[in-house]
Amino acid sequence: MEVTIPVLILAIPLLMFFLLGLLGKYMSHKLAGILGTAGMGITLLLAYFTAFTYFFSGAPDFVDAQTGQRLQYIVFNQDWLAFYNNLVIRIGFLLDPISALMLVVITTISFMVHLYSNGYMRDHHGVYERGFQRFYAFLSLFSFSMLGLVVATNIFQMYIFWELVGASSYLLIGFYYTKPSAVSASKKAFIVTRFADLGFLIGILILSFYTGTFNFTEFTSAAVGESGNLFAVNEATAQGISNIFATSAAPMFMGASVLTWALVLIFMGGMGKSAMLPLHIWLPDAMEGPTPVSALIHAATMVVAGVYLVARLFPLYLMSTAALDIITVVGALTAFYAAMVACVQIDIKRVLAFSTISQIAFMMVSLGVARPEFHEGLGYMASMFHMFTHAMFKALLFLCAGAIIHAVGSNDYTEMHGLRKHMPVTHITFLIGCLAIAGIIPFSGFFSKDEILSACMGNSWLAYLWMSLVAGMTAFYMFRLYYLIFWWKEHKIHAGHHAPHDQAWTMTLPLVILAAVTCVAGFIPFGNLVSWNGEPYDFMAHFDWSIAAVSLIVALVGIGLATVMYRKENPMPAKMRNALPALWNWCFHRFYWDELYMFITHKIIFNGICKPIAWFDRRIIDGSMDGLAYISNKASWAIRGLQSGNVQTYVWIYLLGALLLGAITAICVI
Amino acid sequence: MDITMIYYLVPALIMFCCGVYGFITRRNMIAMLISLELMLNAVDINFVVFNRYLFPGQMEGMFFTLFAIAIAAAETAISIAIIINVYRSVKNVKVDDLTEMKN
Amino acid sequence: MLSNILIYFVVIPLIMLAGLALCRNIKQIRTVAVIGSLALTALSVYLLVDYLGLRAAGATAPMLYTDSWSWFPQLHINMAVGVDGISVAMLVLSSIILLTGSFASWAINPMPKEFFLWLILLSTGVFGFFISIDLFTMFMFYEVALIPMYLLIGVWGSGNKNYSAMKLTLMLMGGSAFLMLGLIGIYYHSAPEGGELTWNLLQIRENAAIDRGWQYFLFPMTFVGFGVLGAMFPFHTWSPDGHASAPTAVSMLHAGVLMKLGGYGCFRVAIYLMPEAAHDLAWIFLILTGVSVVYGAFSACVQTDLKYINAYSSVSHCGLVLFAILMLNTTAMTGAIMQMLSHGLMTALFFALIGMIYGRTHTRDIRMMGGLMKIMPFLAVCYVIAGMASLGLPGLSGFVAEMTIFVGSFEHTDMFHRVFTIVACCSIVITAVYILRVVGKLLLGPVQDEHHLALTDATWWERTATVTLIISVAAIGCFPNFFANLIKFTFSPEIFAVIGMN
Repeated sequence: MEVTIPVLILAIPLLMFFLLGLLGKYMSHKLAGILGTAGMGITLLLAYFTAFTYFFSGAPDFVDAQTGQRLQYIVFNQDWLAFYNNLVIRIGFLLDPISALMLVVITTISFMVHLYSNGYMRDHHGVYERGFQRFYAFLSLFSFSMLGLVVATNIFQMYIFWELVGASSYLLIGFYYTKPSAVSASKKAFIVTRFADLGFLIGILILSFYTGTFNFTEFTSAAVGESGNLFAVNEATAQGISNIFATSAAPMFMGASVLTWALVLIFMGGMGKSAMLPLHIWLPDAMEGPTPVSALIHAATMVVAGVYLVARLFPLYLMSTAALDIITVVGALTAFYAAMVACVQIDIKRVLAFSTISQIAFMMVSLGVARPEFHEGLGYMASMFHMFTHAMFKALLFLCAGAIIHAVGSNDYTEMHGLRKHMPVTHITFLIGCLAIAGIIPFSGFFSKDEILSACMGNSWLAYLWMSLVAGMTAFYMFRLYYLIFWWKEHKIHAGHHAPHDQAWTMTLPLVILAAVTCVAGFIPFGNLVSWNGEPYDFMAHFDWSIAAVSLIVALVGIGLATVMYRKENPMPAKMRNALPALWNWCFHRFYWDELYMFITHKIIFNGICKPIAWFDRRIIDGSMDGLAYISNKASWAIRGLQSGNVQTYVWIYLLGALLLGAITAICVI
Repeated sequence: MDITMIYYLVPALIMFCCGVYGFITRRNMIAMLISLELMLNAVDINFVVFNRYLFPGQMEGMFFTLFAIAIAAAETAISIAIIINVYRSVKNVKVDDLTEMKN
Repeated sequence: MLSNILIYFVVIPLIMLAGLALCRNIKQIRTVAVIGSLALTALSVYLLVDYLGLRAAGATAPMLYTDSWSWFPQLHINMAVGVDGISVAMLVLSSIILLTGSFASWAINPMPKEFFLWLILLSTGVFGFFISIDLFTMFMFYEVALIPMYLLIGVWGSGNKNYSAMKLTLMLMGGSAFLMLGLIGIYYHSAPEGGELTWNLLQIRENAAIDRGWQYFLFPMTFVGFGVLGAMFPFHTWSPDGHASAPTAVSMLHAGVLMKLGGYGCFRVAIYLMPEAAHDLAWIFLILTGVSVVYGAFSACVQTDLKYINAYSSVSHCGLVLFAILMLNTTAMTGAIMQMLSHGLMTALFFALIGMIYGRTHTRDIRMMGGLMKIMPFLAVCYVIAGMASLGLPGLSGFVAEMTIFVGSFEHTDMFHRVFTIVACCSIVITAVYILRVVGKLLLGPVQDEHHLALTDATWWERTATVTLIISVAAIGCFPNFFANLIKFTFSPEIFAVIGMN
């Protein structure tokens, strides 16, 4: 494959960032919007071309002619920073099923968001928001970083772009920088993910130290020049990797192997970015950013980076099932927790944020339960499939929410109600999104979620039941949201205000496109494209109708419950709330995680560590230096009298001294 | 009567002691300067005398004295100049009172 | 003598001094300062290119452009010069910071002539230090670089300047006392019994005559001596006060270059000449520096004065430099030198920006300011970039330096080194906390003080200074391999052979 197109895929967004960032203030808002969107459009075409070439051209670089196995192909790989021996950070471009898939997802959503923002980032009179060019510059920076992340050829490149997406997310969450809540949300997002990245970094250090390489291809197979094959992992190479860890100086540490430690620490990085349970607190707050940003970064692309990371290292994770079990448990707990919280939130973006957390947890669980021996690693494929479908329908939901918020001017559902007549396009597309996320046939979410449940079933009954319960809750809270926004009795339109209405074509077109994708994406033969070892298989063969039927019933029950409770204004929700006030409060306050973190950071770290250290430094360390100066000062003053400057005193002393010396000499002589 | 060294040395010693006494006790800078000159001259006498009596063939002591006289003259001139300037500015030549430059 | 290119690093500042003495008005002073520092920058860049050319052509000597002129033969004191990749990198760094410092003190008031005289004298010392390979002249230039600081802070400083100037000078002089003891000790053990004593670094290394017992005494002396200037815990307290009081350009030069003298000296003298002691005693200093990495960062979290925040962040970052040097392997040491470059540039950028903000708002208390992004967008954006460099964003210099250090440090397999490496890694989180705290309070949010709304954005000379520094920071961040290779060659295998490392 030519190098030009992959280079351009990365270069165009970067160029757009510099162009809009540096020269943005000299161009009109409209031009900046068009430039940004056009740049992303070109990137979209190039990425589609690349992905289609990879999947469908059948070139020997991409597909093994005999077995039909998909191969990893390194388009280019440039040395960036050499540490020692072969431990080199490279910036490269790796094409394999999941990176090609992600190229499509990222460019699609990013383009939609670019287009959508042309309408969203204006007020009702069409006046552009302050910092419009900056907004597009940051979007381009984000797209560049995210694309760089998914095509990484080595784990350090991934870390580099991982940090860059973190920074662009920081910039975009804090886009309304005069709003204190946005500033603190951006800060929180950056610091929480940074903390997680500390684990990621240490994991990388451990892994690279023992394997002597950063390259994904070399982690799992013997090094074969530039283009090793990740999927060529077999018993022998797996044994080889295990041996590296077994013969290393410290193969065990606190009861777990070094490999497990490394993988768990790397997963910690993924937990931060993907908002898994203890590190999820930044994502709901990140909704302070403009809604298109939430759709792009905090629903479809960046937050699945953690899933992508685990998928990327999946062959390595297979060598340590303990790490995979941890992933499963964390994912399962997060999914349930987020679903609980989503059921009672008022802010529609918060509901969507928690639903994102929950859905990402689905993907994590799916990876955690995937084993090659069951259904040829169905979980892996299901996870990637769900990542794809979720990106589409969740971006759709967020963009719909954006359109609603733009029309109503509030995030609070109590300000909405009964919008279905005013905003028909938004209503239909939102409904499609809700049906997809609830898992109703034939929308895309049904297929991907069903496969995740099948994969759970293969691993354990418990996981299956647990995740089915969460799936039911998903259907419930999404339809609760749907009814609260679009049904109920509409508010009176105050005089002087016009009724909410569907937005300009720049905003509705992306909704329609994404809704269309959501309707058909389920029928993509995904197993042909993505599987854990590159071997295509027919996933209909693994399609279990009994599981599908059960999950469909669960979803319908959830929807039915939501319909009963929220279709019309009625006292049932309030009754249920009063029946279990403690539970409701805990859910509403997100189980007090934020308060816990506030306590830890402010009370313990800030007041308990930073302040005492600063005090210690000023009073003790510096005090001792000052004390030294003080003592010498005092001593000098004490002997100062000797240096009176009075010559006559000196002569006296001199004379006495001379006489004394003379006397001593005389005595000695005599 | 033979005039020996002691006839010169004793007056020189008396002169020197007077100089030391004056230097220590006087507070007036002029008086201190005079005492200083007394000490210097006492030493000069000693130089000449030792040269004359102990090393009659040499002239170093004489020359040293001549140098000392010349330098003493210069030093006195400078000192007087300083004292006069001090007097002009503070109307006082008592050493105890001249503490402006301290601290 | 003038045929050696290195000597011009001292000659040009001296000519500048003469030129400044003749200047009559501020315009002439600016002209002299800018032309002189441009000449130095050009010279250092030329040296860089020429040096790489020589290395590419196969020069393998540890130091190039070596030369030696006898100065005081009775004590074997020579004016000996020579550079390797590290010195070249340091020379480039110093000249860039001097150049930007000149721009940053464009409107210095009062007594611009005297200010620039002292500033240039200081940089003479800095350049002289980096080109010297004779311990005596090295020490002489070291002192030349330190003394002007007293006047620069005492006269042109702000706040509690007399106290700070005195404290800074006295503490650094205290360090010098240790250092001098160490250097004289090295001199008297520079040759085997009966051999001719020498001050020349390369000669001493070749003789390798300092026995282990003496090394145990001399190594701490020299390491602490230089370490004081490198802000080593617990001898760092001059740094917050000194930086807080110093005028902008002086803070820039001091944090940007002078603190590097410490790290450079620790490496060039203490470790290069006494590797055995370094190997045996490293653990003591590893504890101290490892502590100072997190300690400085934690302290920075609660400061309210911008310069104090930056000074404590310097303690943390410079602690990382010494920490990495003590890891005694090629990768970590390369990282240490890169961290010196990176920290020099970004801290100079920080101090320049703080000076510019302070010059407008007349306060450095972050509680008194807010929303500056709206008022002075250029300076604010530069501040964010500097902050991002400091917290290690890829593409800027901090990231590559820190990663090289961490990867290098991780090569040690024992528990002690591992634990301290992980402790040092934790600093990346704490750094993010205090940087974002400042950015959030100072630049973002609503405008705190109505009076600030009338303030103006950067002038052209301020833009020149900041943009130059940002480009340098980004250059290291984007093309790290160039700098890594420049530095790496220096770590001649023989000293590691002594230590028994790779």
